[in-house]
Amino acid sequence: MSEHAIHILYMASAACFILALKWLSAVPTARRGVITGIVGMLLAVGGTLMLLTPEAQAHGWFHTYRWILVAFVVGAVIGVPMAMMPMTAVPQRTALSHAFGALAAGLVGAAEYYLRTPNLGRFTMGALGVEIILGFLTFTASLMAFGKLQEILPTRPIVYKMQNVVNLSAFTASVLIGAWLVMHPGHTVLFPIMSLLALIFGVMLIIPIGGADMPTVIALLNSYAGLSACAMGFVLDNKLLIVAGALDGSSGLILSIIMCKAMNRSFTNVLFGGFGQVQIGGKAEQRTVRSASPEEAVAFLEAANSVMVVPGYGMAVAQAQHRVRDLFDHLTAHGVDVKFAIHPVAGRMPGHMNVLLAEAEIPYDKLVEMEDANVEMP
Amino acid sequence: MQSGLLPLLYIFLLATFVGLEVIRRMSPLLHTPLMSLTNAISAIAVVGSIVIAGKQETTLSAVLGTIAVTASMINIVGGYLITYRMLRMFKKREPKQP
Repeated sequence: MSEHAIHILYMASAACFILALKWLSAVPTARRGVITGIVGMLLAVGGTLMLLTPEAQAHGWFHTYRWILVAFVVGAVIGVPMAMMPMTAVPQRTALSHAFGALAAGLVGAAEYYLRTPNLGRFTMGALGVEIILGFLTFTASLMAFGKLQEILPTRPIVYKMQNVVNLSAFTASVLIGAWLVMHPGHTVLFPIMSLLALIFGVMLIIPIGGADMPTVIALLNSYAGLSACAMGFVLDNKLLIVAGALDGSSGLILSIIMCKAMNRSFTNVLFGGFGQVQIGGKAEQRTVRSASPEEAVAFLEAANSVMVVPGYGMAVAQAQHRVRDLFDHLTAHGVDVKFAIHPVAGRMPGHMNVLLAEAEIPYDKLVEMEDANVEMP
Repeated sequence: MQSGLLPLLYIFLLATFVGLEVIRRMSPLLHTPLMSLTNAISAIAVVGSIVIAGKQETTLSAVLGTIAVTASMINIVGGYLITYRMLRMFKKREPKQP
């Protein structure tokens, strides 16, 4: 297989990924989007396996492909159960798979560094530094996020004095060592230190973050994992990696901006360690809240013409979506028009509430976005 | 095929804009499937991993490459599968009468 043919496969793969995301943006075409994404990945993997043909002819097919084959089998064996988790566990699953993606990027970066040093151009070393720092910090940060979402670690934010200073200095030190390596790529002693600092920074980044801020963090980590793959594309001179990584990076960026806006927080506030800090702002309107016992609530709800349910973090944590579905059925049977107003950050990751309600078999046309819901509310 | 820095930066720039445009119109309904799909797509790092695991230039690189292929493969298989499972749950009409 000539190199040109492989480049054409890569190009087709990049087109597939763009189409996959485009089709995923609406429910009726979304499944087609997933299939297209799978096709894109098959083209990329197939093309890369063909890229190794010269190696295989020189050293034997089995010798070349043995570890790849083992890794494919092990990966599939772990991957399938990870896809079968209940929908309530999707946030921690996503955090864990961000960790795997970032680990892969970081390890490839490390391998490239040790193979090529000290014959590394400044540009390549710079991209390598970005790949490794982003990859490793995302790896530990995602593991920490996983631990908090799985409730292995305490979910409340842990804050201490000078936290931002400590965190930023770890990050800065890592970047400075990276910059030094760009000038002198042969100083291999510094490489593990840079990696270690990035790993430590990832842990410290998540320590001050509380459970309710997780949607923003997961979206941001998604972006970092993508950008790390993108940097790998610069190192390897591979345009497919750049395109796929950039798509991921922009997707994660958009999601985290949406999350920030929904929480009335600025993006810089989140980027620079503002996680977990409660900001009080905006004009508060004075309204009275009426609370009622379950019996009174039944009377209220059954007498209503239309009911808007605003599910929150509590429903996700208590896994009460099936009870909510029972309520929905009951009220619908009484002729009440029930809708669900979904706040963008409701749940434990972006869009999680929609998936939980869809799992409980609530029709998706009953799920209303925040802007539309605000119009309908009195 | 060495491309140099500038063409690669152009590709990065254009791909970012395409991503921003495509994803900006996404319905919030699908943010979780979007995240699991982009997660699967970011496993494109498998391309770099396969080459390193196949060439096996040093023991270290073979080990790192194999771990990287495994990690990417977990995301490819798991990511696409769970996205598909999630999308199958989005139904418009009542599937069953209680």
